Amino acid sequence: MATIKIENLQKSFADFTAVKNSNLTIHNKEFFVLLGPSGCGKTTTLRMIAGLELPTSGKIYLDQDEVSLLRASERDIAFVFQLFALYPHMNVKNNLAFPLKMQKYSRTEIKERVMEAAKLLRIDNILDAKISSLAGGDRQRVALGRALVRRPKAFLMDEPLGTLDSEFRELMCLELRKLHDDIDATTVYVTHDQQEAMSMADRIAVMNEGEILQADAPSVIYNKPKSKFVASFIGSPAMNFIPFNQAVQKNQTEINIEGVKIKIPNQHENSAGQENFLGIRPENLKLVSNGGISGKVFGIEYLGSRKIVTIDTSFGKIKVRIDSNVNLDIEENVQFTPSNNNQIIFDGKTDKSLISDFLS
Amino acid sequence: MDTSRSPMEPSGFSKKIAAFIIIVYTVVTLIPITWIVLTGFKSVDSAVSYPPEVIFEPSLEGYVNLFTARTRQSEEYLDSLPPPETWYEELVRSKDMVITGPSKFFSRYLNSMIIGFGATFLSIFLGTLAAYAFSRFKVPLKDDLMFFILSTRMFPPIAVAVPIFIMYRKLGLGDTHIGMIILYTVVNLSLAVWLLKGFMDEIPKEYEEAAMIDGYTRFQAFFKIVLPQATTGIAATAIFCMIFSWNEYAFAVLLTQFNAQTAPPFIPTIIGEGGIDWPAIAAGTTLFLLPVMIFTVVLRKHLLRGITFGAVRK
Ligand SMILES: Nc1ncnc2c1ncn2[C@@H]1O[C@H](COP(=O)(O)OP(=O)(O)O)[C@@H](O)[C@H]1O
Ligand SMILES: [Mg+2]
Repeated sequence: MATIKIENLQKSFADFTAVKNSNLTIHNKEFFVLLGPSGCGKTTTLRMIAGLELPTSGKIYLDQDEVSLLRASERDIAFVFQLFALYPHMNVKNNLAFPLKMQKYSRTEIKERVMEAAKLLRIDNILDAKISSLAGGDRQRVALGRALVRRPKAFLMDEPLGTLDSEFRELMCLELRKLHDDIDATTVYVTHDQQEAMSMADRIAVMNEGEILQADAPSVIYNKPKSKFVASFIGSPAMNFIPFNQAVQKNQTEINIEGVKIKIPNQHENSAGQENFLGIRPENLKLVSNGGISGKVFGIEYLGSRKIVTIDTSFGKIKVRIDSNVNLDIEENVQFTPSNNNQIIFDGKTDKSLISDFLS
Repeated sequence: MDTSRSPMEPSGFSKKIAAFIIIVYTVVTLIPITWIVLTGFKSVDSAVSYPPEVIFEPSLEGYVNLFTARTRQSEEYLDSLPPPETWYEELVRSKDMVITGPSKFFSRYLNSMIIGFGATFLSIFLGTLAAYAFSRFKVPLKDDLMFFILSTRMFPPIAVAVPIFIMYRKLGLGDTHIGMIILYTVVNLSLAVWLLKGFMDEIPKEYEEAAMIDGYTRFQAFFKIVLPQATTGIAATAIFCMIFSWNEYAFAVLLTQFNAQTAPPFIPTIIGEGGIDWPAIAAGTTLFLLPVMIFTVVLRKHLLRGITFGAVRK
């Protein structure tokens, strides 16, 4: 298996830059997820690693070797396409054997490896089936099987669960992660679904508009996002952003929102401007009877033991997670305040989060 | 009300009307063809009798005349000959003639085969490669080139007959197989490239990319992955190319006389004694129809799907 490193990678199509100056190191045996909204350059990045697209500038390393301009066939990487790209004129067995036939394996060895992969993925009962007769999940497994028969250095997967229905997707997430662990693979997995990313990844790189904004473990991405975009993209319900009109200074520990003083972690830098945001997740807010920011209950979603209350305030809607047994009515006046000191200040000018005692 | 059928489906009554129209149309188009096939089995006399004979005694005279050259002989000479050895000699003798050798029909038919299949193969070969390149690669001025290719079909090919005639004479391509194959390929190629590009565009490029990641070169991926999936398009295109090359008349008259003459200009020149030998012409026409029919029937499965232009996804 392998380490993948990309350095200052850039890709332009005519005058449009799809991937901007990207740097990443994907460790051996890591399950690495590229996450971002549609059109942000995830597929393009993955295709450059695979050799299906050549970078405009920058370098790609597989272990120690630079492979930036090598052909796809010379990189020893497997790719699972969004629409699987199973060869419709071959049956399942031949689809699985196809990558091996190029590599001068003996017939018996090909047979063994195909059987091994088929057993691992539990598709050994459909080896003679035609591709067109397979259900989505089986196609998915055949596509994975075709990727792993060759025992490549790394697996690249482009939204491989995108076409499956949601119920099945969750199951495949688990299976995929287990498979990754069982075969000690190095996997780069592309998705636009943050839940998928959070549930599978060792580390996640969040991309937007061709840029990698942050690459970290899921818990770090969730709790300590480095920019407002990352904070807003991760988590469901999303983080609340409370705007306030006040420059933030170094060593500041309090801000003023609607005349209410809110404690914040000790800040380590100054904000660039006046318009800033307090970022706070719904589970880090609580309802209080006085001394909080006031608003009116707008809606309530029950989630079993918890419920999410949407509160209408003068600066927009805020979501608060509370215990299910708290009784609230629509239109009721309530007040809320942070329940701990895990808030993040986002600089309105740069969109970045400000360094503080909590976020270093 | 019949609720067993979907509202999108035509009703039983309109289906019956449709079937009726199709049957009438089929009968109307089949009458001339049937007449030709029947005439091939008539004798020279019954072929021209008036009123036309629908019921007649079948004869193979047309086919024998088509394949042989004959001369009329005096009775004394015929009597001096040993008895005929074959049924067709006997048939010819009964008309006071003897066979002097094979006619030119077989060689003309063979020319048609060589030129028809040759031009079809070449058109498909070049067309597939060109269509693939246009479909997959960044070709400079792609749209203009595609338009240019199509523009070669915007005038009837025969409009350039005179320049081509002169050119072919200068190049020594007149009355040669290779000359006719090149000519028909040139005419077919624009259609082939356009049709095949449509089919190539339908094949997702991920298939080849998957193969290339698995260690195959682009050329291998093209042969092992793209071509098998393009068979429908290739078959449909091949039929169009074959029909054109097989039936082409005007250039064949102009550019071929002996060596490379194809069947279409030859068949009408079959002249019998004291008039046109209709049964022989009809026999030649019948045999001429066969290859395209067989070719089309063999590829029919692909054709129907093919001419809907991939509108129905596999
Ligand atoms: N071959 C191409 N030619 C021109 N633009 C492209 C090409 N491939 C991708 N793009 C553009 O690059 C951007 C990023 O695309 P992509 O990497 O596919 O995004 P994602 O996979 O994150 O949805 C998109 O705006 C897309 O339109
Ligand atoms: Mg994509």
